[in-house]
Amino acid sequence: MISLAGRDILHSWGKFVFTGVGLGLLIGVTLTMAGVYRGMVDDAKALLDNSGADLWVVQQDTLGPYAESSSLYDDTYRGILGMKGVARAANITYLNMQVRRTGGEGQQHEQKDVRAMVVGIVPGGPGEPGQPGYLVAGRQITRGHYEAVADIATGFKLGERIRIRRNEYRVVGLTRRMVSSGGDPMVFVPLKDAQEAQFLKDNDAIVRQRARTAENPALNRPGVPGVLDAVLASQSVNPFVNAVLVRIKPGFDPEAVAEPIRRWQRLTVFTRAQMEEILIAKLIATSARQIGMFLVILAIVSAAIVAFIIYTLTLGKIREIAVLKLIGTKNRTIAGMILQQAVGLGLIGFVVGKVAATFWAPFFPKYVLLEAGDAARGFAAVMVICVLASVLAIRAALKVDPAEAIGG
Amino acid sequence: MSERYNQGIRIEGLTKRYGAGDTAVDALKGVDMQVAPGEVVGLIGPSGSGKSTLLKCLGAVIEPSAGRMTLGEQIIYEDAWKIPDLRALRRDKIGFVFQAPYLIPFLDVTDNVALLPMLAGRPNAESRKRALELLEALDVGHRARAMPSQLSGGEQQRVAIARALVNRPPVILADEPTAPLDSERALTVIHLLEDMARQFSTAIIVVTHDEKIIPTFKRIYTIRDGRTHEEAGEGR
Repeated sequence: MISLAGRDILHSWGKFVFTGVGLGLLIGVTLTMAGVYRGMVDDAKALLDNSGADLWVVQQDTLGPYAESSSLYDDTYRGILGMKGVARAANITYLNMQVRRTGGEGQQHEQKDVRAMVVGIVPGGPGEPGQPGYLVAGRQITRGHYEAVADIATGFKLGERIRIRRNEYRVVGLTRRMVSSGGDPMVFVPLKDAQEAQFLKDNDAIVRQRARTAENPALNRPGVPGVLDAVLASQSVNPFVNAVLVRIKPGFDPEAVAEPIRRWQRLTVFTRAQMEEILIAKLIATSARQIGMFLVILAIVSAAIVAFIIYTLTLGKIREIAVLKLIGTKNRTIAGMILQQAVGLGLIGFVVGKVAATFWAPFFPKYVLLEAGDAARGFAAVMVICVLASVLAIRAALKVDPAEAIGG
Repeated sequence: MSERYNQGIRIEGLTKRYGAGDTAVDALKGVDMQVAPGEVVGLIGPSGSGKSTLLKCLGAVIEPSAGRMTLGEQIIYEDAWKIPDLRALRRDKIGFVFQAPYLIPFLDVTDNVALLPMLAGRPNAESRKRALELLEALDVGHRARAMPSQLSGGEQQRVAIARALVNRPPVILADEPTAPLDSERALTVIHLLEDMARQFSTAIIVVTHDEKIIPTFKRIYTIRDGRTHEEAGEGR
C-alpha cells in the first residue's frame, strides 16, 4: 500500500516545508528557552567549580555570598585555617557593578560599560581558592593593587585600562567561563581594592561623615586627644569580606570539616552540595518558573498552530476524503494519513527548530546550553503535540459523508 | 425474469424515507430496477425526483428503509437487513464515475487507478500492472506518470472510468459523467462505457440530464416522485 500522507506531502511540499519552517522557528524558540534555563544552571555550577572551594564560610544565618549579602571580618580566615581538615582558606568579595573600559596601551579605545561581577581575591598563583583556575592569555594578579584579570566575555583586551569606582586597573590576564550565577562575566581584582570599592564613598560624603563624627561629643572628647583620629581612621577602612573559601585536605569529609567551624567559629558553612541547592533551587528558581511558563505557553501555541494547520489542510481535502471513503477506504487509513502528515510536519519543524536553536544560541548574550536530553524530550513533546493536534482534523475527516462525493 | 438479469444488479420495492412522523418524506417509493451484465442503462428524471437518493442506495452509501437489492446472487439489502461490510462492498463490487473526475490530486494517474486494488490488499506491483492495462485500453496509457492536474478534462474522465473498472466490479454507477463535456466528448465517454461494459461484463447505470446522450441508451429508467418507469431507448 502506498503512503497517501507521503504522496500528499511530496505533492504540496512547498506548503509543508514553509509551514514546517514556521513551526520549526517556534520549536527553536522553545528549545532555546530550555537552553537558557540549562545555561543558568550551568553558570551556577561553573561559579562553584571555578571558585575552587570545598566549603563556603559566610556570615551566620545568611545564605551568602551569592544568594544573600554576607559580611565577615577579613581576619576570620586565620581561625578557619587552624581548624582540622582545612588545607587552604582565602577571603573573597563579590560585587556586581558596571565596569568601564577607559583606554588601552598606546591607542585610543572607545569607552564602554560592561556589567560584571567584580571579585576581590588574594593575589597569588593558581590553586588559591577564588583564583581563576586557568588563563587564556596574560598572567595572574601578582601585585596588591590595580591589576585585573577579566573574563573574555567582558570584551576587555590585555593591557586595556578599566575603571572600577575611582581607580583604574590594567588588565593583565584573560580567563573564560568565569561568570556569576546571573551570567555576568567576572573581573578579578586584588582583595584590598575590592574591599575599598565595596564601601568607597564620594569625597563630599567623607567630609560630611568626618564633620558628623567630630561633632559627636562621645567621639571627640575635650582633653582626650587621639580618639577622634582613631575613630576617623577606623571609618576609612573596610575590614569586611563576603566569604571565606575553604579547601579541605584530601581524605576529609566536607561535612565533618564544616561542623566544627559552625560550632566554634559561630559561622554558617555550606558544602558544595548545599551551595548548589541554594543557587539552583533558590536563586534561579523564580527564573526557572518564568521559563517554565514560557515553555508551557510555547507548547500550547505550537499545538494550536499544528492543529490549525492540519485541520485547514484536511478541510481542503474534504472532497478527496469523501471520494476515498466512497471507494472503500477504511477510516483507519484516512486517520493514518492525517496523523502521518501531522507527525511529518512535526518532524520538519523539529529539525528546523534544532538547527535554528543551534545556529542562534551562540549569539545570545547569556550562555545557552542545548542539551541532547532536552532535544530528545523536545522531540517526544513535539510528536505528542502533533498527535494530539491531529485529533481535531481526524474527527472532521471521519465525519465526512461518502455521499458528499455523489451529487444531489 | 431472465437468468441474465440474475447476474447483474436488481432492486425490488426499494423505499427510502427521510425523517419520521409528520415531517417524513418518501424519496423513493417502491423502486424496481434491473440491469444485466454488459448493459448500459440511463436513469433520468427532474431535479428532486429521487435520482441521487436512488444512486446512493445503489452505491451502498445510504441504506434504504425497505426493499431488496441484489448484486449477482448476493443479497445486499432485504428490508431491515444489510450485509455487514458496505465499505468492502463499495470497494470490491461497485465502481463510481462522478460528474467531475475527482481524482486524488497528489497521486499520479497510475496510482489513482491502482489505489483501489491496493486498498483491497493486492500487491502494489500487481495493482499498477492492472491499472496500466486499463489505462492502455482507455487510450490514456501514455499519461500514466502524469499528475491529474496535467490532464485534459476528457483524459481525467477516462482515468476516472479506469479507476471505476480496476477492481472488475459487476456494477458501475456513473453520476452525470458527461456534464462538463461537449457533445463529441460526451458521446465518446458513453461509447467508452458501452465498450467497457461489454468487455468486462459490467452493468452500468448512467444518471444523466444530458439530452445529447439520452438517445444512446437502449433502456431508460425515468424516475419521478420517487417511482421509476422503464422504457425502451433509441440506442442500438
